[in-house]
Amino acid sequence: MLDRILSELPRFFGPYNLIFLGEALLSTLALSAAGCLVGCLVGFPIALLRRTRGWATLPLRAIATGFVELFRRVPFLVTLLTIFFVSQAVGLSLSTFSVGLVSVCLIASAFISEIVRGGLASVHANQTDAARVLNLSSRQTLVHVVLPQAWKVIIPPIFGFFVLFIKDTALASQVGVLELTYASKVLNSRGFSAVLVFGTILLLYFALSYPLSRLGALLEIRLAVRRSQRD
Amino acid sequence: MPFVALSGIKAAYGAQPILTGVDLSIERGEVVSLIGPSGSGKSTLLRVIVGLLRPSAGTVAVAGMPIDYASKRDIQAVRDRAAIVFQQYNLFQNMTVLRNTTIAPIKVKRRAAGEVEAEARAILAKVGLGAKLDAYPDELSGGQQQRVAIARALVLKPEILLLDEVTSALDPELVADVLDTIRLLATEGMTMIIVSHEMAFVREVSSKVVFMAEGRVVEVGSPETVFDAPQEARTRDFVSKILRHR
Amino acid sequence: MNYTLHYGQVIGYLPDLLIGAAISLEIAFLAFSGGMVIGLVGALARTHGGRFLSAMAKAYVIFFTNTPQLAQIYFIFFGLPDLGILLSPFQAVLLGMTLNAGAYLTEIQRAGLASVRRSELEAAQTLGMSRLQQVRYVILPHIIRMLFPPLSNQYIMVTLGTSMASVFGVEELTGRALNVNSTTFRSIEIFSLTAAIYVGMTLLASLSLTVAGHHLFRARMKTT
Repeated sequence: MLDRILSELPRFFGPYNLIFLGEALLSTLALSAAGCLVGCLVGFPIALLRRTRGWATLPLRAIATGFVELFRRVPFLVTLLTIFFVSQAVGLSLSTFSVGLVSVCLIASAFISEIVRGGLASVHANQTDAARVLNLSSRQTLVHVVLPQAWKVIIPPIFGFFVLFIKDTALASQVGVLELTYASKVLNSRGFSAVLVFGTILLLYFALSYPLSRLGALLEIRLAVRRSQRD
Repeated sequence: MPFVALSGIKAAYGAQPILTGVDLSIERGEVVSLIGPSGSGKSTLLRVIVGLLRPSAGTVAVAGMPIDYASKRDIQAVRDRAAIVFQQYNLFQNMTVLRNTTIAPIKVKRRAAGEVEAEARAILAKVGLGAKLDAYPDELSGGQQQRVAIARALVLKPEILLLDEVTSALDPELVADVLDTIRLLATEGMTMIIVSHEMAFVREVSSKVVFMAEGRVVEVGSPETVFDAPQEARTRDFVSKILRHR
Repeated sequence: MNYTLHYGQVIGYLPDLLIGAAISLEIAFLAFSGGMVIGLVGALARTHGGRFLSAMAKAYVIFFTNTPQLAQIYFIFFGLPDLGILLSPFQAVLLGMTLNAGAYLTEIQRAGLASVRRSELEAAQTLGMSRLQQVRYVILPHIIRMLFPPLSNQYIMVTLGTSMASVFGVEELTGRALNVNSTTFRSIEIFSLTAAIYVGMTLLASLSLTVAGHHLFRARMKTT
């Protein structure tokens, strides 16, 4: 088998394949990054909404909670498949990439809103108590007291989620999105040995994911140190 | 007319009742101390007055106006007149001492920053922290943080100051400075409600002492009466226990 | 939108889907159990193994946690036959999921082991406990209590991860949903039902784990 792989190598790493893999890799990154960006933009207001109290916002709060729990408790693959088939059934002709994009945005919003919610909750109640008795409005409390203290608790897990998300985009291959895993299936069907193809794809994912993981770990250490720096 | 009038106040944390019917009135210029065993509801009473806890029964009236706890405007109006200092100081960790004291007047009362800062500096100097304006709370000792908290309350020019066990979380050697600050405010005529375990201080600085137990007011009187000649048995019981520890 | 909902047509397939759900749970249980065993071995290798064993375990964890589970299973499913090892789809999926879970569980258990070493051991030693007693009365309860939330979360992740078995033809919940879909084309009904079953499964799991946690530890434990 090793002979087979060695003989395939020059053809496998030929210019056409390299470009193909390169595009697939960019696709993977684009999906993950876009998903996380939208996830932050949508997840943050959802987290804020869920922190409100009182009857007025109850319906919205319930919907927000339902949304978050739904997309966190349904497998990514099922979300992708649902959006794929349902969009077809309803008559919307979405491109496969669009299906993937919509799915990652929904899923990321749910997960990131949980991270943000946790970070906001990590700010001790005595800070918000003090703000309330000083008559600071909710908005002022959030902007001047809660967020400045919460962001350090929020950023590392979001980064960690981004790294995790890169791996989850592999499932988008099942609805036909041309990302790394889909590319590996294509190359395998073109006759290249499975070990070579899938091994390479695993290494490519690793090359994307591992450096970012290390960066995230470093980020976490740096931010934690700064929190207790002035002791 | 009393400045603050409480009648029939009942309050609970969830299912746990704390205040079981409190009647109390505070006149302008009085320094009223609340004493009593833990769990008697002293801190809870302060939180009710400042709107952090809604009473399940009874009325609270400030300057004759009853507070509607469902009305945000009413609560904000009370907080304009009453300022509270907490046991855990509750300083904003992400702001300097100066910013901690100036943020509320600037953001809430929309006053000019320069003017507010000048006043804040003066008050911080008065409490002995003039040199610490750019320090962050975690660079200060407990006693210093507490004095910043008091300064933060004073910058708002409150008509009544509520002090919730402000020395209980401090190391003994830091307590004196905070008590000096409170003593100074008392001599300047600030209306105050003080919850404290520092009995010698309470006796010295109060114009009225209120003994609470099991969520109600048991006895009200001058310091001499409550400490030396308590009328109620429960009060006698408490006072003798704390005096025995001298 | 020219689509009318016909749940009636699809409800008949509910038993079929539920059997698929049972298979999903079976896969999850097997993968998680296998993963726990691997995790224990790996965690011990990392904390008490020599330099070589520790490095091997670390490499295993780093590799499997930085690559997607789907790609790992693809490698096993298509690659092993080249090496002469023939596995059924179910076996291949199970192997991949177990190895993947094992990596995450190694990390979790390693954190647990590492957290106990210092002060609790000292306390137990000064009380005169034998090594075995230390393990039984101090170390083990502490570890189990501490690891309960992350392990519970991981179990739910594994359960949700079983859906990729459908890619390889395994007839678990997602696989059956796809089958029913290609027969009836009632996509909205089928997939909403499938999603509901997954939500139901994970909610049930979360609730029972939380209740179990309360009983075992008599403390507030939060799982997703």
